[in-house]
Amino acid sequence: MNRRTPRRTTALVVRLLLLTAGALVMVTPFLYLLGISFTPNAFVLTTPPQFIPESPTLDNYAQALEAQDIPRAFLNSLVVAIVSTALSLLLSSMMAFAFARFVFPLKETIFRILLVGLMIPAVLLLIPQFVLAKHLDLLDSYAGLVVFYVAGSLALNTFLLRGFFESIPAELDQAMELDGAGVWTRYWRLTLPLAKPGLATATIFTFLGVWDEFTWALTILNDPEIRTLPIAIRLLAGVGNNAVQWGVVFAASAIAVIPVVVVFLVFQRYFVQGLTAGAVKG
Amino acid sequence: MTSSLTASPRAASAARGGARRRIPVAPYLFLAPGVILFGATILYPITQAVQMSFFDWKIVGSAASEFLGLDNYVRAFQDEQFWLSFGNTVFYLAATIFPQIMLGLLVALLLHAHSPARPLFRVLYYLPVVTSWVVVSLLFRFLFADAGLVNFVLGDLFHLTDGSTSWLADRWTGMIAISALGIWKGVGWSMMIFLAALQGVPRTLEEAALVDGANAVQRFRAVTVPAIRAALAFVTIMLVIGGFNVFISVYLMTGGGPAGETDVLLTYMYYQAFGNLDFGYGAAIAVILTLLVFALSVLQLRLFRDRDGAGVAG
Repeated sequence: MNRRTPRRTTALVVRLLLLTAGALVMVTPFLYLLGISFTPNAFVLTTPPQFIPESPTLDNYAQALEAQDIPRAFLNSLVVAIVSTALSLLLSSMMAFAFARFVFPLKETIFRILLVGLMIPAVLLLIPQFVLAKHLDLLDSYAGLVVFYVAGSLALNTFLLRGFFESIPAELDQAMELDGAGVWTRYWRLTLPLAKPGLATATIFTFLGVWDEFTWALTILNDPEIRTLPIAIRLLAGVGNNAVQWGVVFAASAIAVIPVVVVFLVFQRYFVQGLTAGAVKG
Repeated sequence: MTSSLTASPRAASAARGGARRRIPVAPYLFLAPGVILFGATILYPITQAVQMSFFDWKIVGSAASEFLGLDNYVRAFQDEQFWLSFGNTVFYLAATIFPQIMLGLLVALLLHAHSPARPLFRVLYYLPVVTSWVVVSLLFRFLFADAGLVNFVLGDLFHLTDGSTSWLADRWTGMIAISALGIWKGVGWSMMIFLAALQGVPRTLEEAALVDGANAVQRFRAVTVPAIRAALAFVTIMLVIGGFNVFISVYLMTGGGPAGETDVLLTYMYYQAFGNLDFGYGAAIAVILTLLVFALSVLQLRLFRDRDGAGVAG
């Protein structure tokens, strides 16, 4: 059965070399970012570039944590992301349950209208949503972030969860109904627990989407107290190229990115599920 | 065993309630909170965007907005900066879509064929996808700085340039830097989609082709390409939509500068609305962009569907 001819070995080596070269291009910028975050500001942008700082320092992290109020922004992002994700999951799983378990007039029409939300570019909405938020007095507030983050994630989550719910045998539902269980019980006690992988996928995508969101926050936030992490990091980097303390910027960036990478590494398989749900159904 | 159980929950509850054709209330109650929020914050703003684009919209105070008809649209078509932004957007699409598809597919194929360390490679290639746009945009601004890593690698290491390119200070080099970020961040995503699609290719098919004496290229064309066609359509359409929506990277790497030279449609729209407070004109640009994206998506679906015969949705 061993078919490992010399030609096959060569092919394998070539393949691994190509993959490694590509992976280096992918990872080098991150390693450089980490290196700079430990480099004293005077040695940033020297030639040749230092990947491993000669005199490593934690000053940048200290500055990011103390002087620049990154912890406050971190906390803001965390709270906004948790609340938005919880609300979005609740509302979209309820909608998905209705679509997956009932036959009713206008069902597919309503579902199609929801799908419009997947196709409308967020930018078309940016201006009128800003005007709406202004009228509702939601500018510069946590609620202004949460309401629109939840709204923006409803369509995708409903679409995703409907698929998961429909893959649960309807017979279970019927058996529970015969036992006298109400609709809410069947939703809360039966469907949700059985759809945990689907809920996990939706949770991760929603949470990371909100955690990284920039444009809406940029548009409605002025108050430093409410700033989310992406906004705070952007302010550290300023607008021009001069006098940017890159070490501090990248220390703050590392603080923002590392939780995401950990979540990704731990929950990898849910990422793949979420991505392919779109591709297969699309 | 279960195949005879075809009654839906609704039919069962209707039968028990005795009212056979009654419209159920429960699903509407479950839909209500989400649908109301969706209607108020997504559907209503869509109509508002279209409406605003016909006005000289006043956001400040109680000033009356003036109806302009199609003036904002006419203005866009006569606006040189609009066309420059449009050109840059097209450049970005042209420069990023094809490489993302080809590289993503290449990596997926390399990984698909029983590569050792496949999980590790998958993570490494996907890492840029999960990292926030803000962080990678600032990172690339740093890499493309005058004394940055890119100039060092191209100049001092490989001697391809003199190593003193001011990437972000000129229109085309700026667009190249922005596009480089787009490709780097996107390859892992298309790789993941293609990898999943390749997993759906039945091994028996590949083996049958092998037994029939098909070489690697023939097998790729006869077995692999048909199997990933739906994924290819999906990736292409998503990348076109994403390309038209490029904003954060431009905003943070060049800010549209120097002097608006690297503006794309969205940075220009953002500037008109939130810099100039010209909401009507900004809305008109957003509507034009949306119509463009829609038209292109429909066109692509048609194209893929025609070539495919049976359709993409399988």
